[in-house]
Amino acid sequence: MKQDSITVPLYRAAHGRTGDKGNRSNISVIAWHPFLWEVLVDQVSEDAVRGLFAHRRPACVTRHLLPRLHAMNFVLDDVLDGGVNDALNLDSHGKALAFLLLDMPIRVPADLHGCLVGTSGEPSTHAA
Amino acid sequence: MQGPPLLRVGCAAGFSGDRVDAAGPVVEALVAAGGPAALIFETLAERTLALAQVARRANPDAGYEPLLDAMLRPVLGRCLGAGIRIVSNFGAAHPHGAARRILALARELGLRAPRVAVVEGDDLSGPAQRPLLEAALGARIDALDVVSANAYIGAEAIADALRAGAEIVVCGRVADPSLTVGPALAHFGWAPDDWDRLARATMAGHLLECGAQVSGGYYADPGYKDVPGLARLGYPIAEIDADGNCTLTKPPGSGGRIDAHTVKEQLLYEVHDPAAYLTPDVVADIRDAEVAEEAPDRVRLTGVRGHPRPAALKVNVCHENGWLAEGEISYAGPRAEARARLAGEVLRERLAGLGPLRVDLIGATSLFGDDAGRWLAAQPEGGARDVRLRVALNHPDREAAERLPREVTALYTCGPAGGGGVRTALRARLGTASCLVPREHVPTRFSFHVEGMHP
Repeated sequence: MKQDSITVPLYRAAHGRTGDKGNRSNISVIAWHPFLWEVLVDQVSEDAVRGLFAHRRPACVTRHLLPRLHAMNFVLDDVLDGGVNDALNLDSHGKALAFLLLDMPIRVPADLHGCLVGTSGEPSTHAA
Repeated sequence: MQGPPLLRVGCAAGFSGDRVDAAGPVVEALVAAGGPAALIFETLAERTLALAQVARRANPDAGYEPLLDAMLRPVLGRCLGAGIRIVSNFGAAHPHGAARRILALARELGLRAPRVAVVEGDDLSGPAQRPLLEAALGARIDALDVVSANAYIGAEAIADALRAGAEIVVCGRVADPSLTVGPALAHFGWAPDDWDRLARATMAGHLLECGAQVSGGYYADPGYKDVPGLARLGYPIAEIDADGNCTLTKPPGSGGRIDAHTVKEQLLYEVHDPAAYLTPDVVADIRDAEVAEEAPDRVRLTGVRGHPRPAALKVNVCHENGWLAEGEISYAGPRAEARARLAGEVLRERLAGLGPLRVDLIGATSLFGDDAGRWLAAQPEGGARDVRLRVALNHPDREAAERLPREVTALYTCGPAGGGGVRTALRARLGTASCLVPREHVPTRFSFHVEGMHP
């Protein structure tokens, strides 16, 4: 990694949401700023996501890149304990799971600091 | 040469439990804009149809969306007066029942009788379709107590009904985006194999089909993703052009937000491979899709491509699936988390042998974990001071499942100190088996509802 980088939670660089179909979850990760895209591609990898969700024993983790949208789509197979029909989780859809991913620490070069949302202390509003 | 005018499609419901006051502002915006328009209500999730089938068995007049009246009453007259077509899957397990109710509602409101078309062919639960399901599911189906079986059908019958003059099209299990593709097909007269245009309209429908999820719902995160007026969200309207590309917007003055970020999140929602978003109408490919902010609360989607539609239709077979038992009890103050954890251990011991028990500590950790408890076991005691213990298990037998609520209730006197607020629930569960059926075996059709002619 480059010198002078800072470590921040992923939600400062990207946003996303969870969707579900059956026992499969998909989580989007969308850069807040195009300049952050390469950082995301580099660090928010299939391996990293597999590690975050290891306790849910995903059969397969696949990352699809959508560079024109500065977005990626993770598909996690068999992570919902059967999904809405079988899971005992209150959140049988896995709606909350995007926030498990968005809390992952990433390193961002210091010169991209201005592209991040929020501050290390208090959150700030993303400009409309 | 001037092409056909834009088609505006507004969406006033994204699921069966959606806000029933959503339609009014959408319809007013469509009326103000003028020009051809349709209003869609998407009200069927995977299990909604099975629940509707159960309701119809209990009451032959039921089986369609229970909130049909509440959804349509405020806007039916305005839509009929302004020529706004209404297309919905609120027919659920009984589309003709819904059509009958709509005609009665029109009478109650003093309106003329609308031309109501019903789309059929999705319901595969009858004896005639049993061999089809057996072929698709094999021996598995013999073990299932089937409640409903429905194919996800496409937009063709909707488009046919609209071309024939339907003012309201009532469907059961059509694919969600087809509610938008149908009006677009009828309006623009695209060829049924114009894959690019069908794919673009499909993704417009995809953005609309969850209602407010594209206009600020399921998005807000204070300080990071602020949404103005979340309590009065504007539901989305897609302005679709003759090439199928669309601009997403919402009623003027409504709450919510539509920007590149809300649209990107919803574009990828429930998508797996972006190269192949499968629907009965087309395989949509969004790898080169782009979104652009044209103005505040106006976002344009372009770059969607299409590939030939799949040869098979997806079928969901819903079946009885045992019982879900749940119980909760709360602890607060010093060592609350330790007391809640102890209560969880007591329940594990008391219910040992009944089946896997899920234990959650609401207020400490309850959602990220797996049912087997690997996550919970790895979370150290964190000293939370307001914790609600929740336990849950599945069991095929009702009497056995009832032991869980009894044991949770007994914690009042037998559990750790200060436990209060017990709530328990026991619910029948539905399971789903999915399969594929060749589309030629699922003929679809529409017919105009004639009162007194349909069961």
